[in-house]
Amino acid sequence: MSELLQFIFSGVTVGAVYALVALGFTIIYNASDVVNFAQGEFVMLGGMITWYGHAAGLPLPLAALIAIVVTAALGVAINKLAIEPARGAPVVSLIIITIGVSIFIQGATQNIFDKQIHSFPAFSGDQPLRVGGATILPQSLWVIGGAIVVFIGLWLFFTRTLLGRAVLATSNNRLAAQLVGINTNFVMTLSFALSAGIGALAGVLVTPITLTAYSVGIAFALKGFAGAMLGGMGNPKGALVGGFAIGLIESLTAGYLSSQYKDAAAFIVILLVLFFMPQGLFGRKSTERV
Amino acid sequence: MKTILTTTTAALLALGVAAPASAEIRIGASISATGPAAFLGDPEFKTLEMLVEQMNEAGGLDGEQIRLVMYDDGGDPNRARTFATRLIEDDEVSAIIGGTTTGTTMSIMSVAEDAEVPFISLAGAIDIIDPVRPYTFKTPHTDRMACEKIFEDMQERGITRVGMISGTDGFGASMEAQCKDVAGDYGVEIVVDATYDPRDADMTAQLTNIRNTDGIEAVLNPGFGQGPSIVTRNYAQLAIDLPLYQSHGVASDGFIELAGQAAAEGVRLPGTALLVADQLADGDPQQAPAAAYKADFEERFNQPVDTFGGYAHDAFVILTDAISRAGSTDPSDIRDAIEATEGLAGVTGVYTFAPDDHLGLDLSAFRMLEIKDGGWTLIE
Repeated sequence: MSELLQFIFSGVTVGAVYALVALGFTIIYNASDVVNFAQGEFVMLGGMITWYGHAAGLPLPLAALIAIVVTAALGVAINKLAIEPARGAPVVSLIIITIGVSIFIQGATQNIFDKQIHSFPAFSGDQPLRVGGATILPQSLWVIGGAIVVFIGLWLFFTRTLLGRAVLATSNNRLAAQLVGINTNFVMTLSFALSAGIGALAGVLVTPITLTAYSVGIAFALKGFAGAMLGGMGNPKGALVGGFAIGLIESLTAGYLSSQYKDAAAFIVILLVLFFMPQGLFGRKSTERV
Repeated sequence: MKTILTTTTAALLALGVAAPASAEIRIGASISATGPAAFLGDPEFKTLEMLVEQMNEAGGLDGEQIRLVMYDDGGDPNRARTFATRLIEDDEVSAIIGGTTTGTTMSIMSVAEDAEVPFISLAGAIDIIDPVRPYTFKTPHTDRMACEKIFEDMQERGITRVGMISGTDGFGASMEAQCKDVAGDYGVEIVVDATYDPRDADMTAQLTNIRNTDGIEAVLNPGFGQGPSIVTRNYAQLAIDLPLYQSHGVASDGFIELAGQAAAEGVRLPGTALLVADQLADGDPQQAPAAAYKADFEERFNQPVDTFGGYAHDAFVILTDAISRAGSTDPSDIRDAIEATEGLAGVTGVYTFAPDDHLGLDLSAFRMLEIKDGGWTLIE
């Protein structure tokens, strides 16, 4: 039994990482239908800037805060400099722009910082917690907690606040949203800032477990994207469930079947789900958006 | 230094000291300083840059300045081929160092062999020098030798049943295959074999299965990058009480830092003299070069030296030694001189090339190291 528990702990740890990244995709997607492939770079920047600040002698919480603020500001800059000038272009073009942004951020990071792998201390030490013969690191609890807090925050934002509904309205019909008095430019800027901030927060939380380097963003983006697709793009609940589901499928496959098939198993499940439920587990029906 | 690095993004960079001297020795390099192999190529790039500058400041090689023409191929074999052609045809270099990865090495090798220009590779695969090609040499030991060194140590400790957990990247997969191939020669049986993706964040599932395998006596983890650090942390998290062996891919102080001193305690790996320069016996020929390179590199770049930068160091030392002995910059003369290299102490090992041996190292180049109190200890 302790085996199963260990596999679940492993899956939940990894799943929480995926879920946090997947959550970052939701806001920009909801505001603009754009899948922001630079999301992984926000995660990477959160880790790298925090490492840099901490190595330079700043206390960890301050370094983390700076990382989140700087990354959020960068998100705003990306919207102003790369996305807004191309407004009116098809969504596919905007997605390709985000890929360009991702490559640019990677290039800039390896020159501004370096190409080595880095980490910083876990928030609550490295002493594993023993539960029923299995172990889990305290940092994993931070990541799981972070994913749940971000999920609740986003869910409240989209369902309970006027601003959150304005974001959804902008996504549904930009012109109509403008006509009812929504400042759609501000909505876009805000969503980039929030998305980048959430990405950076994810980076701060996961780096003590996953380590960080200029190149880790793509891997985060891919797995987080897979989680978001599985759960239904744009839905915070879907991102949370999708992320955890992929993590659990991977670790249970690695534990009971073979680690060689770990990634394949996760992607087969995603394919099957999308085949029968193209909107993902919790996705919006496309008919609503005609 | 930052400004120099910034310019490398321009994909093409002719570094070096523009010496107005009438005679200069032109050396070419194509290194993967960016891209997926940047982790290996970055220290190599910096090492070559530093060594050329040092040599020129000290008056050059036999009074002649060295001009290093170095390109960043980004780990792309096609670009490596283009750069190799450009180095030979436009830059008219006398010899080429490079090929951070086996893929880029193979590209450069075909160009260099056709043009009959000596080429010293920095990549691991045994295929580079087996069969021997007249103009191609290499400095790193093969992953097969790393496996042999590890199994030799296991044999001495009486370990026969071993579990492996390997990265699925090129380095991990190649070493996994080589280790399985030679394990039998040392009476070692691989009883369980797991893998992980180099970008995975948690390997406790695989390690739990390895731990629960009957009669297992040690665990071996071929891989480089962050994977081995995470494996080592998870190993400590699960409190597995068996010897853990890592590969030469993580032989760097950076590994201890990333894995955490407590988790890394007791880990063994085959490393080079570079990490234990201060512990080498007096009179060890590698002591002086290893200590000097480590001190210079760490002072200048503020990052720990690793095995890969050491490969570039040795390639440069072998090449300049050969040019000096040849007394000429004619590629064929340099090739003959490299092949005649005997007992040249680099930081990776002591090189002795022969017409049928273009690697020039044996198992003694590897030192079995153990991590104790956050530092490296030489196991004899």
